[in-house]
Amino acid sequence: MSNDNSSTTEHPVNAPDGTPVPYDTHVPTHREAEPIADPGLPAHTWRPTDVDPKAEKRAERQIAGMFIAAMVFAVLFVVAYFSFEVGDNWDTFAGLGASTITLGLTLGLSLLLIGTGIIHLARKLMADHEIIEMRHPASSPQEDRDATIQALNDGLDEAGIGRRPLVRNTMLGAVAVLGLPAVVLLRDLAPGDALDVDRLGKTIWEPGMRLVRDVVGTPILASEIEMGDLINAAPEAMFPTEENGYPELHGAEEQAEKAKGAIIIVRMDPDEITPLEGREKWTVDGIICYSKICTHVGCPISLYERTTHHVLCPCHQSTFDLADHARVIFGPAARPLPQLPIAVDDEGYLVAQSDFNEPIGASFWEREKL
Amino acid sequence: MRLLNRTAGRLSRHRRGPLAGLAVLLLGLLISGSLYTVFSPAQADTQPSETEQVAKGKELFLASCSFCHGQNGEGVPTVRDGYQLGPSLVGVGAAAVDFQVGTGRMPMAQPGQQVQRKPPVFNDEEVAALAAYVASLGPGPAIPNESDYSIDELSDAEREEAISRGGQIFLTNCTACHNFNGAGGAMPRGGYAPTLHGVEPRYIFEALLTGPQQMPNFSNGNLSPDEKRDVIAYLGSLEETPEYAGFTLGGLGPVSEGLFAWVVGIGGLVGAAVWIASHTTRSKKSKVNA
Repeated sequence: MSNDNSSTTEHPVNAPDGTPVPYDTHVPTHREAEPIADPGLPAHTWRPTDVDPKAEKRAERQIAGMFIAAMVFAVLFVVAYFSFEVGDNWDTFAGLGASTITLGLTLGLSLLLIGTGIIHLARKLMADHEIIEMRHPASSPQEDRDATIQALNDGLDEAGIGRRPLVRNTMLGAVAVLGLPAVVLLRDLAPGDALDVDRLGKTIWEPGMRLVRDVVGTPILASEIEMGDLINAAPEAMFPTEENGYPELHGAEEQAEKAKGAIIIVRMDPDEITPLEGREKWTVDGIICYSKICTHVGCPISLYERTTHHVLCPCHQSTFDLADHARVIFGPAARPLPQLPIAVDDEGYLVAQSDFNEPIGASFWEREKL
Repeated sequence: MRLLNRTAGRLSRHRRGPLAGLAVLLLGLLISGSLYTVFSPAQADTQPSETEQVAKGKELFLASCSFCHGQNGEGVPTVRDGYQLGPSLVGVGAAAVDFQVGTGRMPMAQPGQQVQRKPPVFNDEEVAALAAYVASLGPGPAIPNESDYSIDELSDAEREEAISRGGQIFLTNCTACHNFNGAGGAMPRGGYAPTLHGVEPRYIFEALLTGPQQMPNFSNGNLSPDEKRDVIAYLGSLEETPEYAGFTLGGLGPVSEGLFAWVVGIGGLVGAAVWIASHTTRSKKSKVNA
């Protein structure tokens, strides 16, 4: 091995059979003398599989064995899939089902054996001679760059676009206008009339509509609500019956109205409520009602603490003080929860005085105009 | 017994027989037992009357609860306006006492963000006495009967229906804090919603009725007793449902699952990669040219 840096006549690396391993061809033939002598590469050490044909054969058999075992486990997976039903014998071993265990083990082992086989191959049998690869300048040689620019200019010249601005401009225009069909198609991907911005400002609530318990659909007697109660409620129109006469809604429309009309009702000491100006008559004896939809990005929220009157949004930790017009006291929400003005009807059930007086849920561009 | 023998032996050598100690012991028990039957009131097996219970409850209350809740259960306010050392117990009802004392939450070990469940301090009789006393302070929810929360008397079809309706009610009203699986979850400022697994149906019913700590009420005007029973039936069915997929990791959802995937899954892969690379395949032998 040579330590002479200016010469490359002698190779520092030889293949197992003694033939010189070539340097990376990108290395410049002539190198400047370096201030610190290149120590070169340490002598190559061989693996047992390189020096011992028996070891080589053995490694070959091991690798093939792993791949064959991987095949066997993959087949066993299929067998297990058809022989064990999920749900049968769900407690075969340590609380795990026979199906779960066999499917997991066979597929896992199959993948693992393929992986170990490949690693074994790479470490035992693949050629492992060292290569020196010198650093190159990042940019292309100057002549290449000049040639490219020359070719580009020649092309532009021959196309004559520079001389014919009409052709150039109409071509650019044609490509630009091609964007319009795409915009129109994307726009109509929105469900129904979601682009009808005016509808975002309205919900299904209307004057006199009863507040009913969500899921159950029963109306709520104001006199039966106790201090500290939290009721997850919905508009009566979401539970149409012959008696109440609301029309049946279906599909996307039903989902949208359900999502927009969701409310939470809480009851607290009337003295604890500090109403906004104009909202003094929006509550019934300490019963106060807000939209359930967070004003940040629209998660439904009902993590309510009766002691603090705070409601927390689990998505991004926005916290609202329900005693103080649902003012935001923490988190990314920018506006208080919209409040639903409520009253009692002549039978004593809670009803809405009107729809929300502002759009519920997350902000959007046209919100301020509604 | 040997001690007894020795003491007797000092008095007389005749009393040193091997069975003398036993005989003395039996005689003593017989005498004290008959004296007790003669002098004690003959109502040991009847229920204590309500007045007696209230009186006993008041005694226990004065000893264990009045420091925070006041000598008459009126609550003790602190200097900070609106905050209380212990809230007033007038009108909280027997259900609240049965829940708080029966689950060991009260008496409180230390003030803090959250009162924790711990082994109860009082036995059933004492809890009943305390409940009777607090119930006498003002009208409030009573301790529910087993028929209020049990679905044993329903037919199979009704039970099925109760469980599925209970599931919907649970997912609408309870999951926000107690997690979809009833495993509990974190609340603001260090609080937490406790797990509902393994909680006796009676205590779930009482918690719904009375709204302990930060939890809102689900009074009978909010969720009817039948709806509460359905929620409890659903929680019972959750506990009976086998975990087909194996480990639940606490049923906490993405938090524990993510933690497991990152720490055990990716950590294991990194460890395996390090292990593979740290072992050399080199040999000291050199190549022999054939």
